[in-house]
Amino acid sequence: MSRTQADETAARSDLIDERLAQDTGLRGAADAFRRRIRDGDLGLLPVVIGLFVIGLVFYLQDVTYLSSSNLVNITLNAVPYGIIAVGIVMVLLLGEIDLSVGSVSGLAASITAVMVVENDQPLVLGILAGAGTGAVIGIAYGLIFTKIGVPSFVITLAGLLGFVGVQYLVLGDQGTINLPRTSPLAQFAREDFLSPAVSYVAVVVIVALYALVSIIGIRRRTAAGLPAQSLTLVLVKSAIMLGGLGFLTYYLNIDRGWGYAVVFFVGLVVLLDLVLRKSTWGRHLYAVGGNVEAARRSGINVNWIYISAFSLTGALAATGGLMFLARLTSVSQASGSNDVNLTAIAAAVIGGTSLFGGRGSAYSALLGVLVLTAITSGLNRIGVDSSVRYIVTGAVLLLAVSIDAIARRARASSGRG
Amino acid sequence: MSVATHESGASAATTGPILELIGIGKHFGAVQALAGADFHVHAGEVVALVGDNGAGKSTLVKIMSGVYQADSGSMRVDGREVHVHSPSAAQSLGIATVFQDLALCDNLDVVANLFLGSELGTKAWMDEVVMEKESWRLLRELGAKIPTVRIPVASLSGGQRQTVAIARSLVGNPKVVMLDEPTAALGVAQTAEVLNLVERLREQRLGVVLISHNMADVQAVADRIVVLRLGRNEAEFRAVDVTTEQLVAAITGASDNVVAERNARREASGGPE
Repeated sequence: MSRTQADETAARSDLIDERLAQDTGLRGAADAFRRRIRDGDLGLLPVVIGLFVIGLVFYLQDVTYLSSSNLVNITLNAVPYGIIAVGIVMVLLLGEIDLSVGSVSGLAASITAVMVVENDQPLVLGILAGAGTGAVIGIAYGLIFTKIGVPSFVITLAGLLGFVGVQYLVLGDQGTINLPRTSPLAQFAREDFLSPAVSYVAVVVIVALYALVSIIGIRRRTAAGLPAQSLTLVLVKSAIMLGGLGFLTYYLNIDRGWGYAVVFFVGLVVLLDLVLRKSTWGRHLYAVGGNVEAARRSGINVNWIYISAFSLTGALAATGGLMFLARLTSVSQASGSNDVNLTAIAAAVIGGTSLFGGRGSAYSALLGVLVLTAITSGLNRIGVDSSVRYIVTGAVLLLAVSIDAIARRARASSGRG
Repeated sequence: MSVATHESGASAATTGPILELIGIGKHFGAVQALAGADFHVHAGEVVALVGDNGAGKSTLVKIMSGVYQADSGSMRVDGREVHVHSPSAAQSLGIATVFQDLALCDNLDVVANLFLGSELGTKAWMDEVVMEKESWRLLRELGAKIPTVRIPVASLSGGQRQTVAIARSLVGNPKVVMLDEPTAALGVAQTAEVLNLVERLREQRLGVVLISHNMADVQAVADRIVVLRLGRNEAEFRAVDVTTEQLVAAITGASDNVVAERNARREASGGPE
């Protein structure tokens, strides 16, 4: 086993098919990117372009659309939907669906509100009960799905109806429960923002961490004789990141800056992205979504993957519900109604997560929800009726799925699956 | 090749078989799929398992790979009697199976597929660098040509996918590898590549069980050919001695079989051979 590094590299390059294009350095990276787009591996590109178009269109209608204060509002409004959407990504990666995230979010918010406001329980206990309810509902879905074999579409459709009823029961004859604006939960979602100093330090630390991890990665791969991305590329990416995040932070800081809730949401997305890409559980999730039978035969505990994913979706839906409660400082029978459900699912799909399983990322929820919230905000600003808002949202969803379908065909013909 | 084959098969026979099945019986309802079938394979030996549809090949393979449990008979690994209750039990005993449908996840890359279910790293987090390095080592041992280990398996050709599936079976350092119809859906060049892989496995002193309908492949690569018919051992040949006619006769259970009739008719009419 004492092969030298040179041997390793030589042996590896022996195996490399001469027909394979080699991507080295900056130009190589650019070439590879172009090739991927052409082959239908669009990734997050359509959504990013979409965001630019949306920004431009509404800016031309109303110059205050891109003002700092409106952008801060958009980020704050995106959080509750986004947290639910990132949960939806988990079940979509399995090729399953959870239609009840809206109801679960409303139920969780109701439980927390009733405990904290009506019964004077500690806030932490209320939050845990609310989020825990979501997790338990998810476990129940997972058990029904794996043990009885009811399709997730039907289970969660039943949940969609059933938990609205439970929400009514929990709320009792109270139509609406108001959360005091002084509650730490409301403060978290409405009033708490990173101070400018802290936000700039955070940007520098994040970019430094990214660069450091990338460079360690390059070192390890080079030492193992594997191809690694070039150092220049990492530095260029880090510089772009520093510039982009720095400017965004500067711009948001003109108004209130980064809300705590926004930081919490983005942190959650980054964490779940790491879990999906780097953890064994995440790998198994993609495997089950890609080919259940293959996953089962390779010894993966498929039932556990289903149950844990449904449970995570439920817990995130409930957490999103708590964010609605915090942001709107109230919960009513209408909380978590259809709008929430479909927006969250649409966000995940618009962001590029496939409905058929095995393809997608946590970031798709972040970008998808930004698209939808940006559209909602713009339409509200130019004062159109909510009927138009629904129609536009529907059209965007259809457009996003169509782009995905076309890209899938390109992938099939270029053999990217 | 045939000389080397012969020798390796003969030298293997001097030690005990690594996998041995004696008097295996299995029935599904009223159907007796296997009735006292025997089978064994030595290290560094390629044994082909042939037989017509319904001969009991798949049942025997599924018993060896732990998918089914035998009703009667015994199974030994390295001379030790074992009971294989599940596919994972078979894997931990060192019996790896490459199923006909390959069981690959098309959305995952080659590395992910190779180590699926046995990822390297800590319990919760994977170590991609170690896995990628190990992937190249495995593929190199097989002399396999894969363009890169970081593309989704969906974009590989049939032969390359078969290669990945075979390499995948070697991840747990098995003693026996079973290949179920590995060349069934492949072209000429790809079939040759897979047969090369089978020889590489033999060179690494693994026992190889090859299930195939293709007599040419079987005769090209096997040391020994075991013919099953109606759940019993019909015949056993050394691949170097046997002719296709003998094999067909054993498989169909008669010398006056349909295939022989066709050949006779052709010769009589002076048609092309």
